[in-house]
Amino acid sequence: MFENVDLTVVWALIIAFAVFAYIVMDGFDLGIGILFPAFRPGPERDTAMNSVAPVWDGNETWLVLGGGGLFAVFPLAYAIIMPALYAPIIAMLLGLVFRGVAFEFRWRDPRHRALWDIAFTGGSVVATLAQGIALGALLQGIKVQGRAYAGGWWDWLSPFSVLVGIGLVCGYALLGATWLVMRTEGPLHDRARALSLRLGVATVLAIAAVSAVTPFLEGKYWQNWFAMPNVLLTTQVPLLVGIAAFFLHRTLKGGRDRWPFLISLGLFLLSFVGLGISIFPDVVPGRVTIWQAASPHSSQVFILVGASVLIPIILTYTGYAYWVFRGKVDADGYH
Amino acid sequence: MLSNIDALVLARAQFGFTVAFHIIFPVFSIGLASFLAVLEGLWLATGRQVFMDLFKYWIKIFAIVFAMGVVSGLVMSYQFGTNWSVFSDKTGPVLGPLMAYEVLSAFFLEAGFLGVMLFGMRKVGPRLHFLATLAVAFGTFFSAFWILSVNSWMQTPQGYGVNAAGQFVPEDWWAIVFNPSFPYRLVHMVLAAYLTTSLVVGAVGAWHLLRDRFNIGARTMFSMAMWMAALVAPLQILAGDAHGLNTLEHQPAKVMAMEGHYESHPDGAPLILFGLPNQEAGRMDYQVSIPKLSSLILKHDLNAPLKGLDSIPRTNWPPVPVVFWSFRVMIALGMLMLLLGVVSLVARYKRRLYEWTPLHRFALAMGPAGFVAVVAGWITTEVGRQPFTVYGLLRTTESASPLSAPAVAASLTAFVVIYFAVFSMGILYILRLMAKAPQPGERGVEPGNPVRAAGITPAPSVGPGRILQPAE
Repeated sequence: MFENVDLTVVWALIIAFAVFAYIVMDGFDLGIGILFPAFRPGPERDTAMNSVAPVWDGNETWLVLGGGGLFAVFPLAYAIIMPALYAPIIAMLLGLVFRGVAFEFRWRDPRHRALWDIAFTGGSVVATLAQGIALGALLQGIKVQGRAYAGGWWDWLSPFSVLVGIGLVCGYALLGATWLVMRTEGPLHDRARALSLRLGVATVLAIAAVSAVTPFLEGKYWQNWFAMPNVLLTTQVPLLVGIAAFFLHRTLKGGRDRWPFLISLGLFLLSFVGLGISIFPDVVPGRVTIWQAASPHSSQVFILVGASVLIPIILTYTGYAYWVFRGKVDADGYH
Repeated sequence: MLSNIDALVLARAQFGFTVAFHIIFPVFSIGLASFLAVLEGLWLATGRQVFMDLFKYWIKIFAIVFAMGVVSGLVMSYQFGTNWSVFSDKTGPVLGPLMAYEVLSAFFLEAGFLGVMLFGMRKVGPRLHFLATLAVAFGTFFSAFWILSVNSWMQTPQGYGVNAAGQFVPEDWWAIVFNPSFPYRLVHMVLAAYLTTSLVVGAVGAWHLLRDRFNIGARTMFSMAMWMAALVAPLQILAGDAHGLNTLEHQPAKVMAMEGHYESHPDGAPLILFGLPNQEAGRMDYQVSIPKLSSLILKHDLNAPLKGLDSIPRTNWPPVPVVFWSFRVMIALGMLMLLLGVVSLVARYKRRLYEWTPLHRFALAMGPAGFVAVVAGWITTEVGRQPFTVYGLLRTTESASPLSAPAVAASLTAFVVIYFAVFSMGILYILRLMAKAPQPGERGVEPGNPVRAAGITPAPSVGPGRILQPAE
């Protein structure tokens, strides 16, 4: 089965899809966590949390698919990347522990709600920073010897990785704010709109800064972006970012509720495509290609059979869950 | 300067700690999800309000248990890579796909329908809501299916080859998924989940019966839990016995450690009840044993020869003291569970199930027994697999990531501090919910202001035959 297709490329695309699904879906959950201190305790915070309470768990599952998929299809990459990014990965996991339990605990303990709100925000900020730092560390290159990571346990820390971390915090906060513009009403809605404008500027600046530095990092990034004939296509990406930024500003000013969120997703998609242009066909940038890291054909086929049936089903019932909880939310939740 | 061995010990401590914490939540949520599905099904079938009250009572607890299971499980899915990277590289082609199937068939299913199950009753109506509950229950079961297949392959690997890079590569997927210990482990674990849950539900019911023996919710949950315990405890003992015989066939060293058999017994091995394993000297000190009984249990023949650890190289010995004691803890608790089941049957026969306070006290004391037995059993099977990660093929010493000891020490400290802080709060919240007696017109998982009239569903207005509309 699948003899004439390069399954390694198919799987790289599926995992990229899972990672992107995670970024956009948990992105706005984490963004709401990041912005939580900007909302007043009481109905504003309750509403913000209620808008994602029924779906956050499903959203986080894409992260498990990203990690599990890497383990299954590119085990060598999983084995090299995870120890290399040890500290940020552990920090992310612990951040997600706080974020996840805060969803339940803050309702169960009104006396300590302020404390769990801090845990919700702290967990979200740490998890997001750690994800951004992990991405930055991966892009700047990690030391590999044989089939293993060969660097130290602080290698991930650099001005560039911290820049990407902060950029991602701005980006997720933008997703969270525009999500709330779409899903809420009243003072919370107005506050989210005002935040979205500022976060939009911050996010576009962060994208620009990271994009400006990336080609000068070691590796083939410069070549991937600026060699002919690629350059004719790759230059479209920053152009589209500029257009998206313009429309984000206009729709936010113009009182539109849905477009700001969709355009923010577009910004993330463009950044993600840019990332793809930078690293393809490597999975550990500059060190290991997807073909070197790939598991054998029979492993790829075995999961592809299940994935091609199950992923469409998952998307269907995930869509159904979003549809059930559609519309504007209030502090009373879905009752 | 700390050596690699220290990093290895720390990595093992971290994995053992995080998995021991994690395992109690899915065990509880597997059992609780099925219990909730049964309650909702009974409510739909009979229309009796008490079943919906109990459903709403337990779903609040389920929500907390599930959240803790999710966040502690996410840690596990990345820890293979962070701390056991050589293991991940070598086993990824075989075990990775099984875990990917777990994510695709189980995690998404339970997470996708959890929102509807917790918050969606009014949005989708009772029948679709029941389907969501069933989806969550099946999701928890599929999750157990795949992860136990992974674990079993590490215990009894088959269906693989080895490629030039030293990776295990799949040759026969059927043989890999249904490896020899998998069916036994799956049955043993799923029964453990049901038994553990029935003990918790029984203890909560008993607690409230001790305070008010006429509380209809407490009576119903206690009765259901005691039926389950009486039914499942003996089944679990049979399943455990079969699992033990399977282990004897495929992992004899583990059984030697469980039995404390350092020495071979050519004409009938004794059953060692107690004793102090002396790993250095390779013998049991101060042992109290029944002659030939071990051979009778394991071989069904008094005089059957049984080999001891002296028949295998010392470098392949599991640490006997841990395995020997954790096994005894599990067995002792299993016997107490059986006793509880039997006593409850007697009380039921004498029509004193709701009145006999010694039974209620016994059931209350047994509330946490399932969790202890599960962790003890887990330790028995995992430590009994040592010194290998893939039994007989890949040593634990050759599986770990190239991390320096301080990195692992830092993460282990963070895990210990944060897990104790966060999960003890969660357990406290669960105990608080359990301390409240189930009420007619019980509230479900309803965020928002607790004294808000619009948020409370007046119980009689929710009936199985009625399609519900959003309140406003």
